[in-house]
Amino acid sequence: MKLINQVWAFFVSVRLAIFTLCFIAATSVIGTIIPQGKPHDFYVDNFGAKTAMFLQILDIPTMYSSWWFYGLLGVLSINLIICSLDRFPGVWHIINADNLAIPLENIKKMRSYRQWRFPSEGGNSLHLHKSLAACGWPCETKPLGENSLSFCQKGRWSRVGVYIVHTSILLIFAGALVGHFFGFKGSVMIPELRSTEKIFTEPGSLQVELGFTVRCNSFGLEFYDNGMPKEYKSSLTILENGKEILNKTIKVNDPLTHRGITFYQSSYQGHQEFLVEITKTATSESRQFSLPFQQQISWEEQKLRFGIINAEAAGQRALRAKIWFKSDDDPAITEWLNNNENISLKSSGKVYSVRVKQLYSTGLQVAKDPGVWIVYLGCGLLLLGLYMAFFLSHKRIWLYQQVTDSGILVSLAGSSNKNKPAFVQIFKRIEDCIDQSIGHHKSEST
Amino acid sequence: MDSSQLLGITTFTYLFSTLLYAFLLVFKTERLGAIATFFTVAAFFIQTAGIGLRWVESYQMGIGHAPLTNMYESVVFFAWTIIAFYLAIEWIYKTRMIGAFAVPLAFLAMAYASFSSNISKGISPLVPALQSNWLIAHVITCFVGYAAFAVAAAMGIMYLWKSRPQPPSPPSPAQHSRLPSLFFIEDLIHKTMIFGFIWLSMGIITGAVWANSAWGTYWSWDPKETWSLITWFFYAITLHARYTRGWTGRRIAFLAVFGFLCVLFTYYGVNFLLSGLHSYGSSS
Ligand code: HEM
Repeated sequence: MKLINQVWAFFVSVRLAIFTLCFIAATSVIGTIIPQGKPHDFYVDNFGAKTAMFLQILDIPTMYSSWWFYGLLGVLSINLIICSLDRFPGVWHIINADNLAIPLENIKKMRSYRQWRFPSEGGNSLHLHKSLAACGWPCETKPLGENSLSFCQKGRWSRVGVYIVHTSILLIFAGALVGHFFGFKGSVMIPELRSTEKIFTEPGSLQVELGFTVRCNSFGLEFYDNGMPKEYKSSLTILENGKEILNKTIKVNDPLTHRGITFYQSSYQGHQEFLVEITKTATSESRQFSLPFQQQISWEEQKLRFGIINAEAAGQRALRAKIWFKSDDDPAITEWLNNNENISLKSSGKVYSVRVKQLYSTGLQVAKDPGVWIVYLGCGLLLLGLYMAFFLSHKRIWLYQQVTDSGILVSLAGSSNKNKPAFVQIFKRIEDCIDQSIGHHKSEST
Repeated sequence: MDSSQLLGITTFTYLFSTLLYAFLLVFKTERLGAIATFFTVAAFFIQTAGIGLRWVESYQMGIGHAPLTNMYESVVFFAWTIIAFYLAIEWIYKTRMIGAFAVPLAFLAMAYASFSSNISKGISPLVPALQSNWLIAHVITCFVGYAAFAVAAAMGIMYLWKSRPQPPSPPSPAQHSRLPSLFFIEDLIHKTMIFGFIWLSMGIITGAVWANSAWGTYWSWDPKETWSLITWFFYAITLHARYTRGWTGRRIAFLAVFGFLCVLFTYYGVNFLLSGLHSYGSSS
């Protein structure tokens, strides 16, 4: 019991919170200076063998997923939970308090306080709480013998704002854990016209079965005039048991999701391989061939032989290709074609429409993260909680009407848990409101 | 008239306003105050026009996008937000004294954007990863936060200057009486930091959402992200220290200044110092 109390006392403290936050912030700096996730040799080359060893022992190369960093986040979480558990009942009590039970002498002690005194007409007390309601402060009223006490409040729920903020941080951590244990991150390269059922995780390179098939129908890339990349896109098809389920062209920032697994356009690779599409114009017979650079292939039925004998490239990207094309016994022809543009070739009296396209693989990031919605919920609550904690306040107003020998004594008092200067203004408006209705009453009674 | 000329005029007008506000600190002349405000507002409108024109120019080049996508554009927007924020404070609290501390920050930002050789001023098209509405939301929220922290730091300096320990013998210089009360400045620093904290939170969140829609990872601990989190922690610590441990006065003013250094490092240092360190490391 004593131990529990001690542990509780340790984790309840805000001093610990400040310390932990400082410590997390300070250690986080390390990982921004020392590159993360490199192979051991990298650290040996850059820092020397001894230091590299030391870094490895402290898990610095993967510090954000090291035991001690998780430990710090754990301490922060426990700190938050215990601190909230410790304080919340008190706050709950204030939110649901019976404010009409306040000791009357406390009313006079409030910082915002004002008193009116005026003769009563036949001893009937004023209905000032109705005026308050008319001014936007509806009250509960309790008769106390001849006298009466009214209470009204606004924004009492703003008191939970801080707790929403703290809970939201725990939610974000929880969402991250869910993603960690029930999701994966990986990547895959799919050549055009090919498909895959599995991907490889990063880090770790474990094979993950998707449970369905993804096919890359085509990959496209566009450039601006100045050579900067403008768009990468892949046309993907999802197949289950051989049946096409879903088609979508994905781009960077516009992924495809199926069964909780999302495919993101992330990279590409240009191959030294070409797709050649040949259409015999007379009969519209058409076929597609995929052939490696500088190899010959034939279309037997048409007695065609062809190959790509030369290409002009910018980086991995073929801009033009030179085709070698021979039909029957006619002499071979060669022709330069722009990538993915149709051209007509005539040979032994027949016309063929030919298109040559470089073969690409699309590089996809693949992620399954069932925790992301918990994280987003946490983020939303964080903003809501910050708004409540900082921009709303709990404002309370008491109105005590007392019948005395010399007339009626009206006391108005109020308090706010935050933003006191603004409350002074609000209180002034309520005073004006009462001034008015008293003035009104007087003129009625005279 | 093109956008860079307008932004050039802005830079010099901010310098002029800075001088006027500094004069105002020393010589108590009401008319001068109105003039300082006038020039600041004028420069602000010129800058707004400049940013708008740059937007139009990008469309004329056929690569239209909001002017918030590279270092130059973000520094210009940063300066713009500082002035917007400062003018709002001047308007609401009817005090011009903060101007001498806040407007120079906008001037320095503009001067840096205009004259640094590190920064390319051209309008360049957007690479695929940047083609996202989240980018706009991310940049705007972050920079509103940064601007608030900048103004908080300006007021922090003002506070530290006004409250500096003084030799007791000579009576305190006349200009002191013209600065707002320490209590007022401290309260405003606190409010401004809260405002910045909320916007920085939104900035980090929109960044995370953007990263998730582009790469499937909302958080990857890269140096920029990590530094933004460190900054966020720093301000969270400051808010706790003030609210639960009763830190006030010079300590809060000092934290406001120090916090802004974190912001600067997140925004600027990470790009130029840490990436430099990395490339240095890998070349050796
Ligand atoms: C990243 C983590 C945290 C964030 C973003 C955060 C945020 C906040 C915010 C915004 C406030 C309101 C401050 C004000 O009204 O000026 C607050 C108050 C508070 N926080 Fe935290 N907090 C964090 C961690 C913690 C931890 C770990 C503790 C554990 C002890 C803690 C304890 C408190 C307490 C006791 C208050 C005062 C509540 C009250 O009585 O109104 N916070 N926090």
